[in-house]
Amino acid sequence: MSTDTATDAGAADPGAPVLELEDLVMHFGPVRAVDGVSLSIAPGRVTALVGESGSGKSTVGRCVVRLLSPTSGTVRLGGTDVTGLGRRAMRPHRREVSIVFQDPAGSLDPRMLVGDVVAEPLRLQGRGGGRAERERRVAEQLERVGLDRSVAQRYPHELSGGQRQRVSLARALVSEPRLLVADEPTSALDVSVQASVLNLLADLQRDIGFACLFITHDLSAVEYLADDIAVLYLGQVVETGTREEVFARPRHPYTQALLAAAPVADPVRQRERTRVLLGDDLPSAIDPPSGCRFHTRCPLAVDRCATEEPVLRTVGGGGSVACHLVDDDGSGPDVRDATPGATPDATTDPDHDDRPGSPA
Amino acid sequence: MTTATTTTGDRPAPADGEPVLEVRDLSVTFTTEGGTVSAVDGVDLTLGRGEIVGVVGESGCGKSVTAMSLAGLLPRSAEVTGSVELLGRQLRGAPPAQLRAVRGNEIAYIFQEPMSSLNPVLTVGRQVSEVLQVHERMSRARARERAVELLRLVGIPSPERRVRQYPHELSGGMRQRVMIAMAVACDPTVLVADEPTTALDVTVQAGILDVLRGLRDRLGTSILVITHDLGVIADVADRVVVMYAGRVVERAGVEELFVHPRHHYAAGLLSASPTPGRYAAADDRLQEIPGLVPTLAEQPDACTFADRCPAATDRCRSAAPPLAELDPGSGHEVACWHPRGSTPTTDHPAGEEDA
Repeated sequence: MSTDTATDAGAADPGAPVLELEDLVMHFGPVRAVDGVSLSIAPGRVTALVGESGSGKSTVGRCVVRLLSPTSGTVRLGGTDVTGLGRRAMRPHRREVSIVFQDPAGSLDPRMLVGDVVAEPLRLQGRGGGRAERERRVAEQLERVGLDRSVAQRYPHELSGGQRQRVSLARALVSEPRLLVADEPTSALDVSVQASVLNLLADLQRDIGFACLFITHDLSAVEYLADDIAVLYLGQVVETGTREEVFARPRHPYTQALLAAAPVADPVRQRERTRVLLGDDLPSAIDPPSGCRFHTRCPLAVDRCATEEPVLRTVGGGGSVACHLVDDDGSGPDVRDATPGATPDATTDPDHDDRPGSPA
Repeated sequence: MTTATTTTGDRPAPADGEPVLEVRDLSVTFTTEGGTVSAVDGVDLTLGRGEIVGVVGESGCGKSVTAMSLAGLLPRSAEVTGSVELLGRQLRGAPPAQLRAVRGNEIAYIFQEPMSSLNPVLTVGRQVSEVLQVHERMSRARARERAVELLRLVGIPSPERRVRQYPHELSGGMRQRVMIAMAVACDPTVLVADEPTTALDVTVQAGILDVLRGLRDRLGTSILVITHDLGVIADVADRVVVMYAGRVVERAGVEELFVHPRHHYAAGLLSASPTPGRYAAADDRLQEIPGLVPTLAEQPDACTFADRCPAATDRCRSAAPPLAELDPGSGHEVACWHPRGSTPTTDHPAGEEDA
């Protein structure tokens, strides 16, 4: 395999970003699912793409692995522009990027033996040598994801959800990609199984050193696994930064609200937290709000937000943010201080009946 | 709020609320083509007035089956034994007509997926008022007015307009609010919320949990929240019931359970979830619970967690530990022969009495 890597088209410059998205746009008819996303992932980094359902995060992932052809914009894998490549021209680049989906039952062919599932990328890429060599690599791969090599002779339905997700990971990693797109890899799993898949993903990433686009809505998993974070709202990136920066000092009101809304598995801390309630409705991606797309739900919005679209710009202290209210030095208001509806604890606040969500 | 009575500012202490729902030794067995499956085994559960009790466990632990069996929602293939008393009246084995009157009126349910529980071809106003026309025998016009009030109660903005809309015109969070409005239309004594926020985003979830808390605070509704999400439990529950493979393995006040879980499964669940400030360094791994939840044809006289438990001994494999208080009067019960926080050689005091 060392010879394989040496001939890689995109691996020429090891320092080049594994993935670069430039102004990526994906429209489905009138639905503007992704509307100008730029993002870059350095080798070996885990970048989490977070946002609510409907924010376009899975669509970005599908554009990266070219399950979708973007409406416009550029997708570069290891420095090579793959946006306009046809099926055949794309093929040599396929092994550089793999994807793992949320539902392991739906993404494994029920009629294929696990061994064949894992070997398929090698077969399609015409690699892995003969049958015996392929079998050896499949066995190696299964053991790497914590499964017994005998699992190769079984069918997906004979496995548990966690085991199936391990098979998905084995299939994704068998071609030794430089980038793994993990689309909600643990969301369909039980808590204890989630833990083992997150551990495995962290171990593999540390050992093998692939870069990862980790798409999820689970903020605790993001904090556990990610190096960098990009927050998506209605098809646009509203904030980026390192894990430490974003969790310690979220700048965008949406990021602040998202972090405040995710419950903490600690009753004392959870009940002391400031609550920020956004309106329920994520606006339609067919007719997104003017100006800042978040202004319809933003507790801090001013007149300017409805008319002028904020650009994503680098701010002091690292990271970037798209918000008029954040100064160039990175300072700005916090929805958790400013929301009229925010109450320290719903059950002890005498005024809590006035919160949005309750009748006055 | 025709009957808004209890409006206590503070969260009612768990022990104060008189029990409205008492479940004793509830067992459910399903007969399938593949044989029998024991889904619930000897579950005891008490829900006080104005109390929010969280039932937590992974898929297959029997939490939803327990919830469904309360008002007779299980299919005929389910054999239910034990006792379910609502305000002293026995519901288990009650005639269908009586259960029908109880459902919606005294015990109301909301489920995970609001879209599949709503009728797509009727306006939400019509669906909410139908409940009132059937159960409360209200006139159509009065029910309509009340539907608007109810939608406002659950935090739906401009309810006068929303009543005329169809489910597909609402977001997931709004649909779940409509479901809650229908559920509380008749001011039920007990609201059973089965994974009420699982299909929703966190920003929406926070609002729904707020509505549930508001119902308890202002109407005094007793709420049973069934969930796999410890964050939800930490947010709304007063007391927690942890289930595993059809049995209750631990019961405690919410703060007590999160700080001092005594059952190894409860402790495993807690340390399996990533918490704020934790990062996957080489030496900081999430705790895994090896193995799988068993599917049981019959419940063995043994601890069903023994095969996955770090502290299991022969005793665990030969006798089922009873659910009992470790410290009398603490209200913290655990079904374990070797609970955490005890010296390894000392068995569960309750077990000693048995032996």
